[in-house]
This record gives sequence, structure tokens and C-alpha cells, in this order.
Amino acid sequence: MDPALFRSSLSVWPSFLLVSAPVLFDYASQRVPRCSHSPWIASQENTMKDTDIKRLLYTHLLCIFSIILSIFIPSFFLENFSILETHLTWLCICSVFVTAVNLLLYLVVKPNASSKRSSLSYKVTRFLKCCIYFLMSCFFFHVIFVLYGAPLIELVLETFLFAVILSTFTTVPCLCLLGPNIKAWLRVFSRNGVTSIWENSLQITTISSFIGTWLGAFPIPLDWERPWQVWPISCTLGATFGYVAGLVISPLWIYWNRKQLTYKNH
Amino acid sequence: MRLGSGTFAACCVVIEVLGVALFLRGFFPTPVRSSARTEHQAEPPAPEPSAGASSNWTKLPPPLFRKVVIMLIDGLRDDFVFGSKGVKFMPYTTYLVEKGASHSFVAEAKLPTVTMPRIKALMTGSLPGFIDVVRNLNSPALLEDNVITQAKAAGKRIIFYGDETWVKLFPRHFVEYDGTTSFFVSDYTEVDDNVTRHLDKVLKRGDWDVLILHYLGLDHIGHVSGPSSPLIGHKLREMDSILMKIHTSLLSEERETLVPNLLVLCGDHGMSETGGHGASSVEELNTALILISSAFERKPGDIRRPKHVQQTDLAATLAIGLGLPIPGNSVGSLLFPTVEGRPVREQLRFLHLNAVQLSKLLQENVPSYTKEPGFEQFKMSERLHGNWIRLYLEENNSEVLFNLGAKVRRQYLDALRTLSLSLSRQVAQYDIYSMLVGTVMVLEVLALLLLSIPQALSSEAELEVPLWSPVFSLLFYLMFLVLSALHVIVCTSTESSCYFCGLSWLTAGGVMALISALLCAVGSALAKMFADGKFLSKNPAHPKARWSELDVLILLGTTGHVLSLGASSFIEEEHQTWYFLINTLCLALCHEIYRNCFLRDDCEPQQCSHVEEGFVSPAPALQDRSIRCNMLEPHRVSKGPTSLDTLRGYEKWMVLASPWVILTCCRLLRSLNQTGVQWAHRPDLGHWLTSSDHKAELSVLAALSLILIFALVQRRCSLTSKVAMALGLLGVYCYRAAIGNVLFPWQRDSKDISKGVIEARFVHVFVLGILFTGTKDLLKSQVIAADFTIKTVGLWEIYSGLVLLAALLFRPHNLPVLVFSLFIQTIMTKFIWKPLRHDAAEITIMHYWFGQAFFYFQGNSNSIATVDVSAGFVGLDTYMEVPAMFLTAFATFAGPVLWASHLVSFLSSETSRTRTNILQICIGPRRPQIAKAILRKNKAGGITIPDFQIYYGAIIKEYGTGTEIDI
Repeated sequence: MDPALFRSSLSVWPSFLLVSAPVLFDYASQRVPRCSHSPWIASQENTMKDTDIKRLLYTHLLCIFSIILSIFIPSFFLENFSILETHLTWLCICSVFVTAVNLLLYLVVKPNASSKRSSLSYKVTRFLKCCIYFLMSCFFFHVIFVLYGAPLIELVLETFLFAVILSTFTTVPCLCLLGPNIKAWLRVFSRNGVTSIWENSLQITTISSFIGTWLGAFPIPLDWERPWQVWPISCTLGATFGYVAGLVISPLWIYWNRKQLTYKNH
Repeated sequence: MRLGSGTFAACCVVIEVLGVALFLRGFFPTPVRSSARTEHQAEPPAPEPSAGASSNWTKLPPPLFRKVVIMLIDGLRDDFVFGSKGVKFMPYTTYLVEKGASHSFVAEAKLPTVTMPRIKALMTGSLPGFIDVVRNLNSPALLEDNVITQAKAAGKRIIFYGDETWVKLFPRHFVEYDGTTSFFVSDYTEVDDNVTRHLDKVLKRGDWDVLILHYLGLDHIGHVSGPSSPLIGHKLREMDSILMKIHTSLLSEERETLVPNLLVLCGDHGMSETGGHGASSVEELNTALILISSAFERKPGDIRRPKHVQQTDLAATLAIGLGLPIPGNSVGSLLFPTVEGRPVREQLRFLHLNAVQLSKLLQENVPSYTKEPGFEQFKMSERLHGNWIRLYLEENNSEVLFNLGAKVRRQYLDALRTLSLSLSRQVAQYDIYSMLVGTVMVLEVLALLLLSIPQALSSEAELEVPLWSPVFSLLFYLMFLVLSALHVIVCTSTESSCYFCGLSWLTAGGVMALISALLCAVGSALAKMFADGKFLSKNPAHPKARWSELDVLILLGTTGHVLSLGASSFIEEEHQTWYFLINTLCLALCHEIYRNCFLRDDCEPQQCSHVEEGFVSPAPALQDRSIRCNMLEPHRVSKGPTSLDTLRGYEKWMVLASPWVILTCCRLLRSLNQTGVQWAHRPDLGHWLTSSDHKAELSVLAALSLILIFALVQRRCSLTSKVAMALGLLGVYCYRAAIGNVLFPWQRDSKDISKGVIEARFVHVFVLGILFTGTKDLLKSQVIAADFTIKTVGLWEIYSGLVLLAALLFRPHNLPVLVFSLFIQTIMTKFIWKPLRHDAAEITIMHYWFGQAFFYFQGNSNSIATVDVSAGFVGLDTYMEVPAMFLTAFATFAGPVLWASHLVSFLSSETSRTRTNILQICIGPRRPQIAKAILRKNKAGGITIPDFQIYYGAIIKEYGTGTEIDI
């Protein structure tokens, strides 16, 4: 690893701590109740919404940092690590990082903790179910990529890891927030189906990851002969950029539209 | 002026076609032409330049070779001779290239790489335009100055065997000829045996000067099985033995006469990796060119590598070699190695002749020719040449003479190269003015069309075209005057030729009037729209209808595809765009279906929330409310619950599965034919099926496909057409078996391969019969207005007739494309469009997308090389222009045509269904509200055709109950 990169990655650390400290403090100090509020107490609602939006922003910044770290940290431990050349390694690491951060945030923030107390066995089955759902979504995405024209026999590992990273960006947050509940997923991803800021941001990040992936396929037929035009690099990069863009846009968008947003409680 | 939507659209299309034609006329460059008459021999050859001293050599130099044999092998790519294939399969030629008395070149062909323009280029040395591609099938006689005409005028006796195109290009030029037609692509032995069988006789006889042989077999093998097929090796070996035969015969003759002969081995164009030609890949452009003659004897150790030259250089070289004047339009330069062995004076004389001819061509085509560097170089070398001649005649010191000679030669070669280059560049000049006029016309019509979409697609299907009021306005006359003045100025000032200026004043004036009228119409439509927009925005009663995700996708996809055509790679790989789009469309449909199925309860319109979805956010332009179009606004709220609830269990599952089935079909089709440029060489199912080892599999697949086609088409046909269809499909299989593509199970070895004319005509009869029945039904429905079903049946019959024709014309490995097309249409109709109640605009655009995708599924691409010319000769004995053109065009565009005709039939059946419903309800004892609701829904569906007979009943009932009506 060259020294310039090392220095720049060092300079990332303090800023990361700077950002993460208030977040953790925030979570530890105020356990804000879940967002079921009566619509007529406007002022209280607004403050609640503002704190929610702030928390949303911090969590999203953490997710973005986890992606940035997945680019820089492996180069300390691995020789010749670069996103384009050892793309598959990066895919695995990025996927692990993002999943870990999502799980951590879910455990700390608990955006919609279920009111009823549940037993350990229930939690375990729920976790196993989530794992199965994740695997299923990986296979599902793999099938869709093949239907879109990815080679069936060659490059299977590449295609599958691409499916994994896309599942990480889309399915993992869904599983964290909504649990293994397909009906709730369908509700969130249809028009007027969201019931909270968290679901709204989930909708935006997921859809922007998909759009990023979709747009990422466009450079493949161009004859520029660049290393990143190789399948599936442009698509994974597109997915990552889409995810990051969704993470940035969703708090801002919700903030700008906070006056118009009213959520129906289910 | 009030116009119906149909009339308006037709007018717009006509004007667009005119505009596009004008644009194309300007875009395709007119070839460089010499204005000199074709009787070139009347002109005396340019005398040798001489400074002061008078030269005594004014006549043309004598021919260098006694006899010339041109052996043209169609599709002879350079690596077939110089590459590993050449070493393996053409040992004699390789020996000649490496050690023998020969000069070898890699001749670069220019676009288009199709046989006829290439023959013209070889013989005239000029660059034929793109328009010549169209004339490839039916070549008219070549009137330009060329080597063959010159040779005939000089009294040479020419014999020709091979491709018929030559006989058509040079009628009455050959003392003896035998043309073979190149249209039966699947035959690659007979075409060549036809040429070779004359060879022994002709070579023994000595009564000819030029012998031309055009071998087609190699190109045919390329078309059928590609350049890596084992058949190529056999063919190359055969060609090698023929070359050896000719060469030994020429050598033995030379021993008697002691004058050298010339043998030219050349290709007209190359062969792409898929085996076609016509485009501009390196494999298609580079051809082998070998000149063999005992005059080119070389010392041992003299290694001559194949040099890169232009194909057009051969004409000048042949003319010099035969002692003829160089063709007037030739842009090529002499292949200098051929005259290297001659005395210096002759060398310079040849170079001078060529340079004079090129500079003359330059003078006639470039107004400012004196400033061209090539011309200056030519003048300088001519001066030096004169000095050299003076020294030569004075019999000066040989050392000085030699050095000066070398210098002059170098100067000449430089001049020739520069002249040739600047002449070739001339071809790439556009006629900007005509292009501009065409573009303006097209853009104006497009603007008018876009502005009137909301009106034209509204339920009245009529619109006000603001054409008459502006015609009498001041703006129109001002515009007209300005444009006419501009026209006069442009036409009087340009130096180069311009097609639009060449038109008569009346026509040009008409076009100008049209342009200004259209401009005024667009302006007034814009003004009206703004006024309406203001009015509408003040009127809050209009509910803000929202776009569904599907509408957004359809609009974004269509515009995105148009924008993608700006990049050449996206044009080359356009099939990828379409596959990508239809996949996305299927997924969007899938999303819509699942939401409708599972979230019926949650999906009620919620007034309180206005959460925009991410799908909508990337398209802010779409929310432009000014484009208010009845058609595209989804009326889902008024539609109420879709009929998904009413479906039974099995059908519901089918609805849920249908997008996945369609996606799987598309994926299978995608791997059937690889097209485009970048991935065209990848192995695909089509190649696997067409290889001769898998004939049995192909037969089974073809038979299965034909059965499935029958099963899918017959369900809505009348009994007669059902029988006709079955017999026709049987005929298709017999035809394919007759021409040797597939096998009959009881006939393992097919020895006699015929052209299958009888079988194909048998199918043609049924196609015509079905089409006739359909047309008859259509006409009947026009007369008897009450019966709606007849029209639907008629349209379906026309559609099935087209399907039968497509089944006949498609190659057998492409029959699954037809099956899947029918299958997807059935599934979409039954399980997607009807239950989800998409409106007509959405359905139309979906049909368009699928039609485009199926164009590429067939294996077509935007390159002309993928057009399957053999489809034009199904059922024809000889070449007939009109039917052949029609059949080829239909086979190529079968996908889009079938989807378009399915669209017409589907929309008509939907209209008749709703109408029948209305009738039943109005007559029955139901409440009139239902009738009204259905009428409104019908409107929302956009398939309204005002028919007062039907509405009558509803209106009467409405008045009977005293409710208000708002039809």
C-alpha cells in the first residue's frame, strides 16, 4: 500500500470518530418511543420527527462510512488489494461490513421494536428465518441477473457475489426493519404504503440501489475497453453508488418534505 | 381545419418520409465522377513531359503482359492466404507468396463490402456510393469508364466464367461467358464446378487475352456456416489446385512465346467472424491480392511481405499492364512493384500517366485544386521528370541520370499517394443544405405531432389543426419570403453540387411554403396550448392524475432508447438495449401483478398521504402537467378493483407466473442467436443447431415448433383457415426437407437436394388463401356494421396468414422465435393485458418494444450483413425483383410486423368485446347506471369509437330515469 493512500486513510479515522461519537451518545441517552403519535398534537410530533430525522441521518452516515472503510481497511492486511483487480474480495468485505453495521444499528436503534415481549426461541427462529430469506433473495437476484442476460455457466461466482452485495444493500435493511414478512415488504414498496420515516428511507435507499444497479449495466456494451466494464464490476459499482446516494438523499428528502409527510398508523 | 386522428397521423408520416428522404439524399455522398465522356480513347494520351527538348514518345506504352487471368474468389479474406489457414490448405499459393515470382498485397476494400460495388471498384478504380448496395441484387450495366470496356475497345478478347453480376455489369463485353447465379446460398459446390469445368478447354486454346474467373463457393460457405467451418479448408484446397493448374499452364505457354503473362488472385471483400459481410470490421475489409508473373522474378533471399494497399489500385495497375488508358474515375495509384523491373524511362512514364489522370479527376471535383498539396507535388515532379528526359535524350552521365531518376520516382509516388488520399476524402462530403432542409421538415412535423397528442388521443379522436388561419397571416408570407431569399442566396453561392438546388423552382417553392406553414402551425398550436394551460391551472376541478410506475418506465425507456442511439456502440449493440428494456418491463408488470394480488385491501386511494415514490423522482420532466394526455393518464381510481379477484385459482396462479414465463422465454431466445458486434462470435444455440452433425435435433425442433405454431394460432380461426393452416405448416416442413435443411424420419439420407419450388409454392397458395379469407371478412364487416365479431375474426386470419408466411421464410433454427412470439402474445393477452386492464397506449408501446426485441431475437442486427437474402428466393425459380424484395423485407422485419398485426387484432377484439357488453346491458333489465359506468370505462380505456347506434339504448334509458348524462 502506498504511503499517500495510508495517510489519507488515517485522516479518515478522526472524522469517523467525530461522526460516530454523537450518534452513539444519542442512542445511549435518549430512547425515543416508537413513532405512534396522535395527529393533532402537532408540535410534539414535529419535534419527534426532527429527532427521528437526525437519528436517521446519523445511521446513514455510519452506513456510508462502513462502505468507505471496506475500501481502505483491507489494504492494511492484504497485498495488492484494489477494488477493480481483487473485486470479489472487495465484494465479500463490503457485504460483511454493511451487514454488520446494519445489524449493529438495528440492535442499538430499534426503530420499531415490537411491543410484545418475545421468547428466546422465537428470536432464534426469527433469526434463522431471516438468514433463509437472505439466501433466498441472493438466489432470486442471481436468477434475475441470468434472465437479464448474465452468462449461465461462466462467471457463476461473480454473478452470485453480485447478487449477494445487492441483497446486502436491499434485503438486509428490509429484514432488519420489517422482519421476515413478505406482505409488509410489498406494502412498503407500493405507493402510499409507508408508515414511518424509517420505512420511507428504506424505500428510497432500496429503490435507489436498484436504479443504480440498473444504470450500472449501461456502460457494458460501450467499446471503451475499460477494466470496470467487465461483468459485473460496473453493476456492483452502480449498486454501491446507488445505495450511497439513497443513504444521502433519503434524510435530506424527508427533511425537506417533513411538512407534507404524514404517516398512517397500522 | 378539423381532421380525424388517423388522417392527421397519415399526413404527418407522409411529410416525415419526404423530409427523411431529402435528408438521406444529402447524407449519402455522390461519388467522385469525371465529367469526361466514356469514349476515352478519343482523347490522346498525355505525352511525356519534356523541358525544352521534344520527346518522340507520345503514344501509350505497349502492354507489359500478353495474357491476364483474373481469379476472383468471393470473400477471400487476407488470412485465408497469408495466415495459418493459407499455410495449411493452400500450399502452392503459399510457396508462390514466399518464394515464387509474385507480389502479394493486403488490399483494403472500402464500404460497402458487398460483391457488386466491389467488382465496380476493382474494375473502375472508383469508390461506389452506398446507394449501390440497393442495386446489388439487380445490377444495371456499368456505364462508367472501366478496364473491361477499355480492353474491349482495344480489341482484346475477354472470356468470363462465374458470378452472373459481371455479365449484367458488362453486357456484350465477353466473347464467351457462363454466368452462375449467386442467390442459392446453400449451394457451394455447383457454383464453382460450373466455373472450373470450362477451364481445361480454355487454357488449351490460345485465342483470348483476358480470362476472368469469379468463384462464389467460399462466400457461400461463409454465409452458411461461418469462417471457422471445416468446409472452408476443403474449398481453399480446391482453389489452390485450380490456381496451380492455371499457373502451370501459363508458364508452359510462356516458354513458347517468351512474353510474360499475369495471374491475379484476389478477393472482392472479406468475411466477418459470423460469416457475413457488408460492414466495416477489419475481417470484412482486408482481402488478399496476389500478382503472379514471371516478370516478377526475385533473387534468392528477397523477402516480400504483403503490403497494405487499396483495392482501387488494381484498376490502374491492370490498365497499365494491358497497355490501356487508366479509367477516368479511378482514384487508385499504380502498384509500383509491378513495373519495378522495367527501364527507368518506362517506370516514370507509367507514373506520369497515372498522376495526370488523378490530377485531372481532382481538377474536375475540387474547385480549389491548385491549393491541394497533391497537385503541387505533381507539378513539381512533372518538372523534374522533364529535366530527367532532357538529360536522358542528351545521353548524359549515367550516375547523375540514375540519381535524378530515383528522385523523380520518389516524388511521383508521394504525389500519387497524396492525390489518391484527397480524392478518397472527397467521397465523405455531405450536402449540408439538403440535409438541413430535411431536418427542419422532420423536426417541425415532430413538434406538431407532440403538441397535438393530447387532443388527438382524446375520446373524440379528432383534432383542430391550426393550418388555415396562419396561412393567411403575415408571418407565413414573411417566412416564405425569407426562406425563398435564403434558398436563392445559398444556391447561387455554393461551389459544390447540391441536390435541393437542382430541383425545379416550383418544387423548391412548394417545400419552402410547406416549411413556413408548418412553422406557423406549430407556433399557433404552442400559443393555444399555453392559453389552455393557463385556463386549466386556474381551474382546480381537474384532478391531478398520477403516472403509474409502468407509465414512467414506458416513457423513460422509449426516450432513453432514442437517446442511446447517439452512441455508435449502442447502435451496434441495440439488441442489448431492447432485451434490457423488455426484461425491465416484465419485472415492472410482475410488480404490478403482485401488488394487485396481495395488497387488495391496502391499496385504496389514500387522500391524506402524498408520498412520492423513488420511481417518480428521477423523472421530474414527466410531471409537466402541460402534456395532458387523456390516453396516458391512468384511470385506475375510476377503474375500481381489477378483475384479478374474479379469477379462479388456476388462472390466478397463471397470472402470477406469467411474467416469469415470459422472462424465461426471452432468455432462451437470447441465447439462440448472438448478434451485434462485440459478442457476435460467442457460441449460440443457432450455430449448434445448423451444424450438420445436429440435423436430427434440428428436424425434431422444427417439427415441434410447427405443431406448436398450429396449436397457438388455430384457436380463433374459422374452420377453413384451420385446415389451410395445418396443410400450410405441413408444406413448410416438406419444403425444408426438400432443400435439405431437415430430415424426414423415413428418409435417412437425402441425396437429391432440389430448390423446393413446388413445396414453397404450395405454401404460398395457402398463405394467399388465408389472407384472402381475412380480407373478405374485413370487407364484410365494413358493409354489415352490426356484426363486430366478423372484423375480429378477419383481422386474426390476416395475422395467421402472416404467421404462416413467416414460418415458411424463417430458417428452421429460427422457428422457435416464431413459437415464442406467439406464446408470449397469448400469455400477455390472456393473463396480463386483460386482467390488469392496461389502456391502449400502454399496450401499443409494449407491442412496439416486444416487436423490436423480436427483430433482434431473429438474429438480425443493424449491420446489413445479417439480412438473410436467401429468404427472397423461396418458391422462385429465377430472380424476380419485386417478390424477392418483398419476401426478404418481410423475413427480416417479421418480428415487428407480426407484433403490429397482433396489436391491431387485439385492439379490435377488445373494442368489440366492450361493445357487445354494452349492448347486452342496455337491452337487459339492468339499471342504466351500469351502462353509463361501462361507457365511461370504455372511454378511459381509450378504445372509444363513437357509435351512436350503441349509445342510443343507454341514452334513452338515462333520460328515462331522469339522470344527467355526460357522454
